[in-house]
Amino acid sequence: MASSWNRLVSPLIANNPVTLQILGICSALAVTTSLQTALVMSAALTCVLVMSSAVISLIRNHIPNVIRLIVQIVVIASLVVVIDEVLKAFVYEISRQLSIFVGLIVTNCLVLGRAEAFAMHNPVWPSILDGLGNGLGYSLVLIVVGIVRELLGQGSLLGITVLTPTSEGGWFEPIGLMQLAPSGFFVIAILIWAIRSVRVEQTEVPDFALTQTEAHR
Amino acid sequence: MLNPIAAWRGFLARPNDDRVKVFGVAFLVALTSAILVSASSVMLKPLQEANLEAERAARMEAMLDTLPGMRDVLAEIGAEALETRMVDLATGSFTTDVTPDAFDLAAATSDPELSVAIPPDEDIAGLGRRANFAPVHLLERDGELLVVVLPVSGKGYQSTIRAMVALNADLKTISALTITEQAETPGLGARVEDPDWLSLWSDKEIVDETGRIVISVVRGQATGPHEVDGISGATMTSNGVGNMLRFWLGEQGFGPFLDRLRTEGL
Repeated sequence: MASSWNRLVSPLIANNPVTLQILGICSALAVTTSLQTALVMSAALTCVLVMSSAVISLIRNHIPNVIRLIVQIVVIASLVVVIDEVLKAFVYEISRQLSIFVGLIVTNCLVLGRAEAFAMHNPVWPSILDGLGNGLGYSLVLIVVGIVRELLGQGSLLGITVLTPTSEGGWFEPIGLMQLAPSGFFVIAILIWAIRSVRVEQTEVPDFALTQTEAHR
Repeated sequence: MLNPIAAWRGFLARPNDDRVKVFGVAFLVALTSAILVSASSVMLKPLQEANLEAERAARMEAMLDTLPGMRDVLAEIGAEALETRMVDLATGSFTTDVTPDAFDLAAATSDPELSVAIPPDEDIAGLGRRANFAPVHLLERDGELLVVVLPVSGKGYQSTIRAMVALNADLKTISALTITEQAETPGLGARVEDPDWLSLWSDKEIVDETGRIVISVVRGQATGPHEVDGISGATMTSNGVGNMLRFWLGEQGFGPFLDRLRTEGL
């Protein structure tokens, strides 16, 4: 029991797919301009991850090694298409905002990464928990980044004004940069820095030592 | 006699690097996925189309709101929305052969029975074919035309742009333009949806003194009542909008219909 709980909770912060493994950064940058799109994207990715982990784990003993990546991609891609169709049917406006990024879940290294690293070697239940845990870990980062960017960029959360902008007679001056892609990098970088400051064990050993040049000696 | 359960067990029991198993697994995974994707696509289609339709209706509503005084007139007549009628484009007269509800523009455009090929030298909107009938939306009061809204479409830079153009009662000036569908480059061509740019079209004249259709999009500063500023960085898209208006207001499009309205009225 302790190990299943651990499997679910550890990807949230201790082994977070985005901040520690640096997977799935592309969509984390693109869809976090507002909290609402971040939430829908999180839900879509978590669904795909849980279902693909379950399916791949279920048939893992019969996937020939030579075609395993193709089989995994086919399973993931089909699930993504289904999710995309569901979004278009039930939350049309949000699916327009997410546009191509739902389709790009297929190429999200996180999904294939978990299928290849975990679901291929573990029974169904642990795989589902692993998929759910990693999906929630990804969601957590997206939601935090989405909150920061929407709050500082527009002064609102989920479209409800929290900080009244100066244009409507308030004191808050929205930071336009927060709505652009670079600020996604900034916020994620600050997040990684904060987590690694608290959890020093996450800090990577440098691949190369910097040499001192003559001028600086 | 082949026992299917035994055959299935036998298949699963084959080693994973066996050639039959490799092909079998690949085939079964592909088949299951294909069924899943097709089923979800077919089952959700009606909901998705309802969403698109609602979007189109919402844009039409939004356009009515930009026309000054339109809401008051509608309230005065007691009408909820504009009246939709079908027009035979070749003769320019109304037709009751098809009803607007039953008319499927996409199907009609590709059906040789219901559409005509546009002569290449006149096909400035890059459409290729054009349906014989088109829906128009009208608002009249006591037999007098107040506004007419025409659906138009044409090639942009990378997608087909669909729009609604509203003409004033004189049928010589545009009262509003709204884009209902486009998939141009986000951030560049997609700015054709920008309300500020669309508002530039209001009160532009579509014909000159001789009756020629002259409305166009120009680079830089527009001069005169027949020109609209292009969007910088989106020349092809803005020209596409200009071309589709010239096409649909001209001889191959709604030209005969508009001529008839000008001379005979409704």
